[in-house]
Amino acid sequence: MSFEILVQTLASGLLIGLIYALVAVGLTMIFGVMDIVNFSHGEFLMFGMYGSFWLYALFALDPLFTLPLTALMLFALGVLVYRLVISKVIHAPMVSQMFSTFGLMLLFRGIAQFLWKPDFRTVDQSVVTGNASLAGIQLGLPQLTAGVGAILVTVGVYLFLTRTRAGAALEATAADKDAARLMGIDSQKMFALAWGIGAACAGVAGGLLSTFFPIFPEVGANFILIAFVVVNLGGFGSVMGALLAGILVGVIEVMGGLLLGPQYKLAVVLVLFLAVLMFRPQGLMGKA
Amino acid sequence: MKGIEMSKNPPPAAAMATLAPPRLRYGRVLVALALLAALALPQFVGSPAHQNTAILVLMAAQLGVAWNIVGGYAGQVSLGHVAFYGLGAYTSTLLLTVAHWNPWLAMLAGGVLAAAVSLMIGWPCFRLKGHYFTMATIAVAEIVQIVFTNWEFAGAAVGLTIPMDEQGWAAMVFADKAPYYYIALGLLALTLLVNFLIERSYLGFYFRAIKDEPDAARSLGVSLVRYKQVAFAVSSFFTALGGSLYAQKELYIDPVSVLGTGLSIKMALVSILGGIGSLFGPVIGAGVLTMIDEGTRMLFGGSGRGTDLIIYAALIIVIAVYYPTGVVGWVRRFAQRRQARRQRKAEGEQV
Repeated sequence: MSFEILVQTLASGLLIGLIYALVAVGLTMIFGVMDIVNFSHGEFLMFGMYGSFWLYALFALDPLFTLPLTALMLFALGVLVYRLVISKVIHAPMVSQMFSTFGLMLLFRGIAQFLWKPDFRTVDQSVVTGNASLAGIQLGLPQLTAGVGAILVTVGVYLFLTRTRAGAALEATAADKDAARLMGIDSQKMFALAWGIGAACAGVAGGLLSTFFPIFPEVGANFILIAFVVVNLGGFGSVMGALLAGILVGVIEVMGGLLLGPQYKLAVVLVLFLAVLMFRPQGLMGKA
Repeated sequence: MKGIEMSKNPPPAAAMATLAPPRLRYGRVLVALALLAALALPQFVGSPAHQNTAILVLMAAQLGVAWNIVGGYAGQVSLGHVAFYGLGAYTSTLLLTVAHWNPWLAMLAGGVLAAAVSLMIGWPCFRLKGHYFTMATIAVAEIVQIVFTNWEFAGAAVGLTIPMDEQGWAAMVFADKAPYYYIALGLLALTLLVNFLIERSYLGFYFRAIKDEPDAARSLGVSLVRYKQVAFAVSSFFTALGGSLYAQKELYIDPVSVLGTGLSIKMALVSILGGIGSLFGPVIGAGVLTMIDEGTRMLFGGSGRGTDLIIYAALIIVIAVYYPTGVVGWVRRFAQRRQARRQRKAEGEQV
């Protein structure tokens, strides 16, 4: 294996890892604030991709410029999902919670298939195309843009959580719901906010992906398992942990593919996942 | 962790009464009648398509009952049970086609292997709580699927075929559907019987204690991991038998049909729909789910636009949100309310 291939692989792993991180940030937030595993998170990403695609196909708007719009749409969807379904299972047994988000996952896939058919779609002309050559390694510009975008949004969410009053209220609710309520924080509002932001993050990730990844109703399936791994490795509820873990998982995935063959890529990540569950269930940056 | 061992004697009757699920009146008569009806069914339903639907219901029910042991009674939600189903199907088929084993014996071997694997997985995984365990089972199933999809010896993505040249009970291969129906019924009855025995023994008591009061159970010296493992192993064993039966019935298996993620969901869903942690809940759930499944597919499936998927999904959400105790819980609540009303009436008369 030549040195170039190794560096090239590491670089592409890093870039896809940043996207994984952004998907996982939304998931980790929902989990951290209300202890619910959102199986439909990949479908938020899928809707983000379709949102970008249709804005591009119908109004010739580039996915990069419509990101705020995509984020807004997905924020609304996240809040809606919380209000209509999740708010009703907060006190239900874990099985009910799991199956409600699981049902949402299937429902969203079904709706996408119904509205847009199972075809693969692509955004074929985007503002950023082509490759950049950096010190001998080739990087796709769309991927590079997506990676930078993912970092910016992740850091943005982190700053929101640590530097604003609303963010502090959200963190307080995550830490102790009842104590937060006594301080006058409306936990219902905070849960809805977490779902909104969580969905928006996945939507932005979808928008960033849409310029170089095929768009189809089941595209979320490619990301949800990996997002679980990232959330777990980073520590449930930790945004910076998710960023770190996302990069790590991206790199491990491509390295596994390089060494064992691409068909074992996911298996390598899942074995890592099991190992983390066994030996450090609280993750890299999670609280024990 | 080495605690004080709890005595193997059944716990006091009073404790049993509060933890044991309430029973329907005339339960035994109902069971006997249902069994008779099930035995007679192939005599009245001649069309192979309808017989096939009946087999599908029985097989789904058997898987649900098996899942319920660990997912319902012990409360450890596995969404990776398809791994054991696939292991059963692949083990029996490989033993049959490569080593020329008797299929009944091969089926048993598949069950034993699956139980052994479940012990290996369970040992580390049962130290995890709630979501973590569920996610671990998803990951394990996914890994098993990837391995079998790429394993040349096991037919890789192409799959394995069981030859049809030997037929009859010894080969467990039949040209018509009725024998498969009886095997499926027998397997379901066996799984129910084991479940019933567990429910009444100290094991069932421990399982429910693990589910409802894990900390109290541990403080009494019940080894949580050990009894979760017992539940998991029994559940995996019967799930694998179901997988082998599927292989014998279809005479063809591949990673999609016996290791697909959707099947894990279905096993859990059958239990949840019928009534999680109740003996006959999964049987009812299997009947209802198969009807909905086939019905929506017949009505809307042809469009290829996912209408059947939307209805199926909407149903899952409605059940999860509004009927978390399933059909059985719903009936029980109804019966309780009626009883309360009667009691009130009786008291009113006394006054």
